[in-house]
Amino acid sequence: MSTATLVAREAKQYKPEVPPDWCPGCGDYGVLTVLQRAVAELGIPNEKLMVVSGIGCSSNLPGFFKSYGMHSLHGRSLPVATGTKMANHEMTVIACGGDGDGFGIGQGHFIHSMRRNVNMTYIVMDNEIYGLTTGQTSPTSEKGMKTKSTPNGNPEGQLNPIALALAAGCGFVARGFSGDINHLKSLYTQAIQYPGFAFIDVFSPCVTFNKQNTFGWFKERVYKLEEKGHNPGDWASGMERSKEWGTQIPIGVFYKNPTPQPSIDAEDPALQGKGLATIQNLGLTKDQRKKLIEEYI
Amino acid sequence: MENEIIVGIGGAAGDGGASTADNLALTCARQGLNVYNYTSYQSLIRGGHSWIRQRISAGKVTNVGDQVQGMIALNQDTMDRHLQELKSGGVCVYNGDKVKPGKAPEGVQLCPLPVFELAGKDALPIMQNTVALGALTGLLGLEFESLSSVFEHTFKKKPQVVKANIEAAKSGFDFAKKTYKVVSNPLGKTGAKLAMVHGNNMLAFGAANAGCKVYCAYPMSPATGVLHWMAGHGKDLGICVRQVEDEIGVANMTIGAGQMGVRAMCATSGGGFALMTEAIGMASIMEIPVVMINVMRGGPSTGLPTKQEQGDLNQAIGASQGDFQRVIIAPTSIADCYTTMEEAFNYAEKYQMPVLILSDLLMSEGHMTLETSFLDRQFKIERGEMIFEDDGKPKTYLRYKDTPSGVSPRAIPGLPNHLYVSATDEHDEDGVTISDVYTDPITRKKVVDKRERKMAGVLNELPKPTLVGPADADTTIVTYGSTWGVASEAVERLNKEGIKCNHLSVKYLVPFQEKEVTELLKNKKKIIVVEMNKGGQFARHLRAETGITAHANVRKYDGEPFEPKHVVNAIKEVLKGKNLVEVSSIEPGWRTPHPPGPGVLSTSSTH
Repeated sequence: MSTATLVAREAKQYKPEVPPDWCPGCGDYGVLTVLQRAVAELGIPNEKLMVVSGIGCSSNLPGFFKSYGMHSLHGRSLPVATGTKMANHEMTVIACGGDGDGFGIGQGHFIHSMRRNVNMTYIVMDNEIYGLTTGQTSPTSEKGMKTKSTPNGNPEGQLNPIALALAAGCGFVARGFSGDINHLKSLYTQAIQYPGFAFIDVFSPCVTFNKQNTFGWFKERVYKLEEKGHNPGDWASGMERSKEWGTQIPIGVFYKNPTPQPSIDAEDPALQGKGLATIQNLGLTKDQRKKLIEEYI
Repeated sequence: MENEIIVGIGGAAGDGGASTADNLALTCARQGLNVYNYTSYQSLIRGGHSWIRQRISAGKVTNVGDQVQGMIALNQDTMDRHLQELKSGGVCVYNGDKVKPGKAPEGVQLCPLPVFELAGKDALPIMQNTVALGALTGLLGLEFESLSSVFEHTFKKKPQVVKANIEAAKSGFDFAKKTYKVVSNPLGKTGAKLAMVHGNNMLAFGAANAGCKVYCAYPMSPATGVLHWMAGHGKDLGICVRQVEDEIGVANMTIGAGQMGVRAMCATSGGGFALMTEAIGMASIMEIPVVMINVMRGGPSTGLPTKQEQGDLNQAIGASQGDFQRVIIAPTSIADCYTTMEEAFNYAEKYQMPVLILSDLLMSEGHMTLETSFLDRQFKIERGEMIFEDDGKPKTYLRYKDTPSGVSPRAIPGLPNHLYVSATDEHDEDGVTISDVYTDPITRKKVVDKRERKMAGVLNELPKPTLVGPADADTTIVTYGSTWGVASEAVERLNKEGIKCNHLSVKYLVPFQEKEVTELLKNKKKIIVVEMNKGGQFARHLRAETGITAHANVRKYDGEPFEPKHVVNAIKEVLKGKNLVEVSSIEPGWRTPHPPGPGVLSTSSTH
C-alpha cells in the first residue's frame, strides 16, 4: 500500500500479548523489534499488514507481531505471501524466515519470487546454522565449519545470497545486522516502500548453536556501504561488493533500482483496482456464459 | 445401439487429426447429434500415432463405445493398424494418391479419394484432411451445410480460409456421394442445441462460473488444458492466472490467495499432486478453502503421461500427514466436471477446508456434446460463515472458535479488530500455537475434535447415492468417478440380455457415505467393483469404509479406457464364477513394437 498519507504510530502497537520465546540474546529479537519500529514509523495500520513466515526459530516471528499473519510451511513463505498479495493489494506483505528456510528448502521460490517481482518485502534472519533442529550446517555456513552434521568440517561451499539476488533480477537488495538496529530500521523502511520485491539478508546470530559467527565476530567485520561511497543505483558495483567476505563484510543497500520495473501485481490485468478479495459478487454473468458457450458450438 | 456410428480418425501427431475430429464433432453437434470422443495418443509433438475415436448418436452417449464403423486414415500406418477393426457396413476414407489400401474386412467399403485432382495440385497438404472430412460427412449421411457452417464459425475472421475449406470439403463430399455407397445406417438430425466440450474446459469453465478468481498451475499432462483455458480467459473474466515454478509453489500460492477470501484453485496430475501434499495439510490445519484438481493418468512416477488410469485414489486419501479434514470428489462424467465445481467451491468455503477433485485423462481430455442450456446456468454460491465487515468496535475475535458445527466464522484479513495468525503448528482458538509449550493435551484434543466435527456437516450435505437399474437385482456393479459412463451402458446391455443387475456410482470418496452405501449394498449376492487400476484401490476403500468386501473385481490398467464390451464380458465371466477379471485392449491396432533396448543382444543388423 502507499504509505505516503499515513501517520506514524508507536512500536508497542505492534506488540501482542504473546512474548517471543527465542533463546536469550538471540539475534531475532533485534529483527522483530526493529520491524515493529519500522512499520510504526511508516504508520501502517495493523490490519493492513500480512506477515508470512516459513518454519524455523525465526519463522515464529508472526506469532510475536500484532498483525494478520501466516506461519506457513518450511520453505514456503514466499509462494504463500505471493498468493496473499495477489488476492489483496491493500495489504503490505512481509515474508520472513531463516537461511535454511529461504536458501535451503525454499531456494527455488526465492529465485522465482525475485524474477516474478511481486511487491513485497522478504527478510531473512541469517544465522548460518540450523538452530531449531539443534545445530546443523546451513547453505550459508562457511566451508570447513564444524556442526553436528559436519563434525569434520562443512565440505560444501557457502551460498552468497546477495550475489544470487542481484543475479536473479531483484530490484532491492540489502544486508543488515541485528546488532545495529538503527541502520537496520532504515533498510526496512526503504524495503517496504520500494514498489517491488525487496530482499534483506539480516545477520541474526544464533547464540546457542553457532559459536563461530557470533555478535562479536560480525561486529569486528561489518562496515556500512553508504560510508564507503557505494552508489546503490550501480548494479555492477553492488555485485562487486557482494563478493566481500572475511575481514571486511559490507552491510547496507547493495542495489536499489533507480527506475523500478512495475511489479507483477501492478501489471496483471486481473489485478487492476482494489484487489480480488474485495469482490463479493462472484460467478459469471449471463453474457459471459453466452460468450463462452459460443466457443463450443 | 441403433442410429449410431463410431468413427476413427488416425494419423501421426502434427497431421491435423485432432482438428479434423473436432470439425466432424461440431458438424454432428450442429445436427443435434451427440458425440463422445477419446484420443489415444503418445507423448510426442510430431510423428508417432494418434487414434481418435468418435462415437456419434442421436441418443445419449456416455463412453467411446466398441467397434469402429467409419475411418479416416490420414497416413499408411493408420490404414495398416486399424483397417481390420472396421465392422461390416463400414467405410474407410483415405487419400488414394498417398495411402495404399489394405485388404478390407467383409462388408467394408474402401473409399480412396483422388486428393490432387479434387483439391488441386497447389493445395496445402492439410487440405487432404478437409477433402477426407467432406467425404466422410457425405458417407455418414450428414448434411453438408452443417459442415460448412462449422468452417464459417471457426474461421469467421478469415473469409479466404473459409472459402478454401468449404471448396475442398465439398469436392470430397460430392465425389464420395457420387462414387461410393452411404453407410447402411446413416445419421439423422435432432432438434437439440449442443455444445462440444472437453472435461478440462468444464473444470475451468465450471470454476469460473463458481467465482474462482485465482488460478495457479505448473504445466502437466493431462491437466494442462485447465491452465490453457484459464490463461486464455483470465483477462476477460478477471481471473488472476499464474504459472508457478513448481507444484509446491502452486499449492502454497493458491492457499495464500484462499486465506484472503478469494476463491482459488489449482490443477495438476499425480506427480504434481505428490508435491502438493504438504500444503494440503496446511490448508486443512489452517482451515483455508481451496479447490485442488488431480487429473489422473497412468502411474506410478512419470508412468503413462498420456494414458488413462484411476490409480491416485490412495494418494488422494493419504495426501497429508496426521488427521486432516478434506473433501474428495470424483466427478462421474465430463458434464459432471462442470457441476462438481459448483459444489466444490461451496464445500470448501462453508467448511473451510481443501476440496480435492479426482478427474482423469478419460474425462479431462475426452470430448462430448452437452446441451447449451446445461452450461448456461447460474451457479449457487454459498460462502458460509464469513466476516467481510467490521463495526468499528474493539472486540475479542477467535479465528478458530470452538463451535458445535466446528465451523468458525472467518474474518477476511484486512479487517480491523479481527487480527489473527494462522499457523501450520497446532493452535488454540485464538490462533496462538501450542506446539512449543511443554504439553497441552486438553487443547490439542479440543481443536482436533473441532476441526473433525466439520466433516459431519459435509457428510450431511452430500447428495445421496442411488442404485440405477432394477432395484431388486441381486447383482450390483459398483464404480467410482469416470467409470460411471461405461458401466452404466454395460448394465443396460446386460439387462437387455436378461442378466439382471444394477449400478452404484460413487462420486463422494471422503467423507464416505457409509450408511447409505451399506444400505444399498446389503443383501446383494454379487457386488462387483469395476475400476481402472491394478490393485483395487476403490474396492479397498469401500471395504475400509463399510466393511463390505466385493465378491468380484473387474479391473483395467493397460492405459486404454474400458469399452462397454469389456465390462459386459467381464461381468459374464464373474457370473460364471470368476472373482477377478483383468481386462485388456487386445486388438492389433493397440500394439506398438519398439526397437530393442541397450541391453538386448542384436539379432539382426537391420535394427
